[in-house]
Formats: sequence, C-alpha cells, structure tokens
Amino acid sequence: MHKLLRQIVRVGIRTEAPPPPDEALRQIAGRLNEEVLRLLGRALAIRHVDAGSCNGCELEIQATGNPYYNLEGLGIKFVASPRHADLLLVTGPVSRNMEQALRRTYDATPEPKLVVAIGDCGCTGGIFGETYASCGRVANVIPVDTAVPGCPPPPAAIVQGILTAISVRRS
Amino acid sequence: MNVEPALPGLELRPLPGAVPAWHAAVDATSWRSACAALAGAGGRLGALWASDRRARSGDFALHLLAVAYEGLVVLTLPVNEPQASYPDISDVFPCAARMQRAACDLMGLRAHSAHGELRDARGWLRHGAWREDTFPLRREVALDAVLPRGDDRYAFVTVEGEGVHEIAVGPVHAGTIEPGHFRFSVVGERVLRLEQRLGYTHKGVEKRFESMTLEEGARLAARISGDSTAAYSWAYAMALEAMAGVEPTPRALLLRALLLERERLANHLGDLGYLGNDGGLAFGLAQFSRLKEDLLRSNARVFGHRYLMDRIVPGGTAFDVDSAAIAMLLDEADHLEREIQVLRLIYDDHPGLQDRFITCGRLTSQTAGRLGVVGLAARASGHAMDARVYPACAPYAELRPRIATQRNGDVAARVNVRFDEALESLRLERRILRRLPAGEVRLPRGTVAEGALGIGWVEGWRGELFVALEAGAGGSIRRCHAHDPSWQNWPALEYAILGNIVPDFPLINKSFNLSYAGQDL
Repeated sequence: MHKLLRQIVRVGIRTEAPPPPDEALRQIAGRLNEEVLRLLGRALAIRHVDAGSCNGCELEIQATGNPYYNLEGLGIKFVASPRHADLLLVTGPVSRNMEQALRRTYDATPEPKLVVAIGDCGCTGGIFGETYASCGRVANVIPVDTAVPGCPPPPAAIVQGILTAISVRRS
Repeated sequence: MNVEPALPGLELRPLPGAVPAWHAAVDATSWRSACAALAGAGGRLGALWASDRRARSGDFALHLLAVAYEGLVVLTLPVNEPQASYPDISDVFPCAARMQRAACDLMGLRAHSAHGELRDARGWLRHGAWREDTFPLRREVALDAVLPRGDDRYAFVTVEGEGVHEIAVGPVHAGTIEPGHFRFSVVGERVLRLEQRLGYTHKGVEKRFESMTLEEGARLAARISGDSTAAYSWAYAMALEAMAGVEPTPRALLLRALLLERERLANHLGDLGYLGNDGGLAFGLAQFSRLKEDLLRSNARVFGHRYLMDRIVPGGTAFDVDSAAIAMLLDEADHLEREIQVLRLIYDDHPGLQDRFITCGRLTSQTAGRLGVVGLAARASGHAMDARVYPACAPYAELRPRIATQRNGDVAARVNVRFDEALESLRLERRILRRLPAGEVRLPRGTVAEGALGIGWVEGWRGELFVALEAGAGGSIRRCHAHDPSWQNWPALEYAILGNIVPDFPLINKSFNLSYAGQDL
C-alpha cells in the first residue's frame, strides 16, 4: 500500500487547463436555449457511439479521461446508456450495418440532446467515403451540433468540440 | 537459403520479397489434402479470401495463406460458376469458418462439406446492408452502389434447460469501445455459452482498395485498425516492395521497427491500465494512461503523429530522426522502464487485483492450439510464436527479440505477457537507437507488373497480421486483402469465458482486446 501511495504523491496532479470553445466547429446553432446549455455545462452525461470507425478516434476519446485532460474534472462523464445521456459522441463513417443502431441510440436519448461528430470520417466520411457499405458522415444519418476534424483529432480538440456544443453561441 | 515446405504433389513457386513465401495452384482434390498436410506439419491458417477473375480466366478464386515451419504458403483454388462452391476446410482449420462465411457474403463462394451440404449458411459481414443474392466484391457491383437492403435476422444458437436465460449486449456497448453483439446464455451468473456477432463496422475496405492506386492504398491500409496502424502500414509496404523489387535501406527498416515497438508499447500501456481498472484498481488506469499519454506526446514531437499514422510508407519511412531526438528517446526509454517496474510491483503485490486476474478467463493451451489462436493470446497460453522471433525478417534477425510466454492462459498470464513485452520493446528501442546506421530513409517506388502478388507479414501488438496485394494495370490495385489476428482470436474468447461469471466478462474481454474494425473491414 505504501508503494501505491508514494507513487500517487510522487506523480502529483498533471491536469492541464481545457481549451476554450471554438465557433468554427459548430454546425447547427441555437438548437437548445441558453438556460438548458448552462445547466448541461455543469454536469454533462455523454454516450459514445462507434458507428464504424477504424478505432483510432476511440483511442483519443479514451485519452480525454487520462490525468492530463481529466474530462471528469470538468463535470463531464461517460454513461453506459443513451437513456442517461445528454450528448452523443459519434465516430464514423456510419457503416450501413450500424445505421439503424445509431438512429435507435439517437431516438433513445432524451430531449434536450446534442450530437458531436468526431474525426475526419465523422465529419465527411473520410477515406472510406459513401459506398455500398458506408453512409459517410454522421450528419447523413442524425443531426450534428458540432463536428471535430482530425485523423484522429487529439484529445484537446475532442474536449473543445464537446465544450463548444454546450456553450452558448457568441456572435 | 530458404528451405521449401514439403507438400507432395504441389508445384511451389517462390514469391519475391522479404518474407519466405511460396505460391501454388491447387484443384478441388488437392485443396483439402494440401490443407491437411499443412495442418499435419504444425502449420496454422493465416488468412482466407476470394477474388473475382472472371474478366481474365472466367472463374473465381479462393486463396488460403498458411504459416508453415519454413514460411508462408499461399494456395489458390479456382472456383467455377454456377455452383460457385468449394470443399469446406473448417474441420481442418476451425478458424476458417468465419472467414469462409465472409468470403460467401462478399464474393458468393460457398463452402460445402464432404456430404455436399452447406456449412453454417448464416451471413457474417452481410447483416441487412445488402441482399443475400448480392455480392459486393464482384466486379459488376460498383463501389458506391446503393444496394437494396436484405434480411437482418440472425439465428443465434439457443441453450435450453431449467433456469437458462439470455443476455444480449450491443452493438452499442457501455464503454468507449467498438460495436459488436454478444449473446450470453447464463444460469444465475455463470456463463454457459457466448456467441458473438460481428461485422457492424464493415465499411467496404476491400472494395475501396480496388478504386485506388498501389501508392494511395497505403493510407487506407493505415486505417484498417487504428490501434495497429504502424503494423498495417509496414505489412502493406512490405507487400508492395516485394512486387516492385524494392528493398528498403537498413536505416529505414530499423526506423520501422522503432515505430512498431512504440505502437506495441503504447497499446500494452493502455491495456495494462484498463485491466487494472476492470480489476477494481482505478489507480492503475490513471498511472498507465499518464505513461501512455507521455509516449504519444513524444510520438507527435519526434515522428509527427501521436499514433504514427502514415509514418511508414512504401519505400521506407516518411520521417527521419536526428541525434537530439535519439537522445530524447533514449532518456524516455530509461524513464519509462523505471515507471513500469514500479507499477508492476504494485500490481503483483495487490491481492485484490491478483484475485481477479488469476484463473479468470482461462484459455487452455490445447484449445488455443486447436482454434489456431495467434499472437499475444497464444503466447499467454504456452504457444511460443512471434513473427519477430521466427522467421525474424529484417531488421528483427539482428535485434534478436526475446519471446514472452506464459503457461496458464488466464487474465494474469495475458497481463504478464504485456508487462514482459512492454519492457522488451523498450530494450529493442534502445538497441535500435544505438545502432542506427546512416542512409536514406525512402527509396523510389519502382515499377510493378500487372498481376504480381506481394505478401506482407508483421507481428503487430495483438498478433501476426497479413496484407496480400495483387497489382492491376497501370499501378492500380486489383485486389487487396488485409487480415487481422482478431479473426483467429475472437472465437477463443467464446471459450475463455465458459464457466466464468458475467461480471468478469469485461475483464476477460479486455485481456484479449481484439479489433472489430480489423476483422469487419
């Protein structure tokens, strides 16, 4: 036990400041009113959906929970069911085999809800494009509030995309 | 000099390239006997895929890649319409079953048993995205075709008896992981049977390859399974270089090995953290995810990408390292080794954690061998196989990696293999950095003849993976099949869970950490 405690003390706190919201990531504005956004921003529950990614984006979403980005420290946590979620974090492209599951997950998420598309594939379909097996970008299947490009986008960019979705638009 | 495998009655033609490999055409009668001979000599199934060559020879072909003692053997069996069927080999190589179903979904070639009936006729990759009578990899189907939806019903095997009930999980899982469906049959909390249904992330990768040039294909290969991007990039480059007669410089090969070992290290660090977390020690996740993040950040600084995507390219590498970077990486390796040793002691001394790990999710050596399990999972069940050690293609022969094996086949064994391999990767990294010779890092791509076949074989962090690449006219891709070790290892998870309790499934699943994207393609 003393080794474990010594390691915790030795390493200390590594958490860095989160990036500010970035309006360039916003796809749809004003879907939710200011008051709702302010409430969500203090305790946000996220359901992640891999709709057909190569799993690169999943690695970076997982990394948002590491001590450096410490997403939970911002009051944001991942939940096990869409029924408990305020926001869907979706990686793509949306495969045709996942299209129905993604729609059902969206429908199961209670209003008010937000959607953040992650990665080049989630934003545009990426290298996989629209094919017999791929519906392309996430917005082709469900409405998207913010979209974060990158292959994969680094954790800070993912955090920024989430914070932008729950921030009030500044014109 | 490579010794030719002994397969009587077959004319083996050596394939060019870094990998010892042979190719042979077989017919319907020698197909099964060749498979039996390969299996009898201790060979294992590496990959199985189909191709459409109606435009050239009027038929389809089924290809099998086996790993024999001497190297790789590729068998090609012509398959004719209208039956479009071939003799089943899933009795010889059980792991062929899902691969055969995938070949049926994509190309319409069906495996039949000795009595003529169809083997497991359920779709594997198809789901409802296209109809049963449509085969998207055939030439007449366009890449962007909008195919009419088919029937998505799937007959799971049901277990009956007093108190038996089913738990259905997925495709959208509770954690931040890929999509797949697990059907548990349980009594109380004990698992009687697990049946997996995969294919949810099938996004037409193989068809997409055929719309690309050989050069462009490298970017797609890097995105087959994001966590193994360096391994796939290397395998793809290896296949292309074999066809073009290009041999990367010793410096480029060592730099590739540097990336492959860093990819292994990053994944093992991540898994060790999650395994601690799933075992009830959240401290482990915090610590290991910090070390992984440190590693990814230096990847971004030195190589230009956190996960090393597109850093290994046909002809060599897309980066070079200078002496300042080498000094930094050597320091980092020393530091990481110390940190891992501290955490390993904490894991080893933690009774609660070891109680969860030991005897949990056992995959016996016998089951692993019968199922043709490969890579990390095989090594944890007592099978000493590692493509870096044997056949040890350049530069691994000079690096002399030490294989990590365990005998128990439980979660603890897979944790220990990861610890040993992480430390071994650091040792290899230091060897590479200290012996890096001067030289170019990228050579011109050379020319490739139409119809040439190249094979890439790389021991990724999860296990051995392959890329089989066939050139078309004018530098295009005629066919590219990428094979992930998850194909062989997913069925093993169905056995490892037997008799365990449902709440241990996340831990057992994580201890294998298999790829969905890599097998769904």
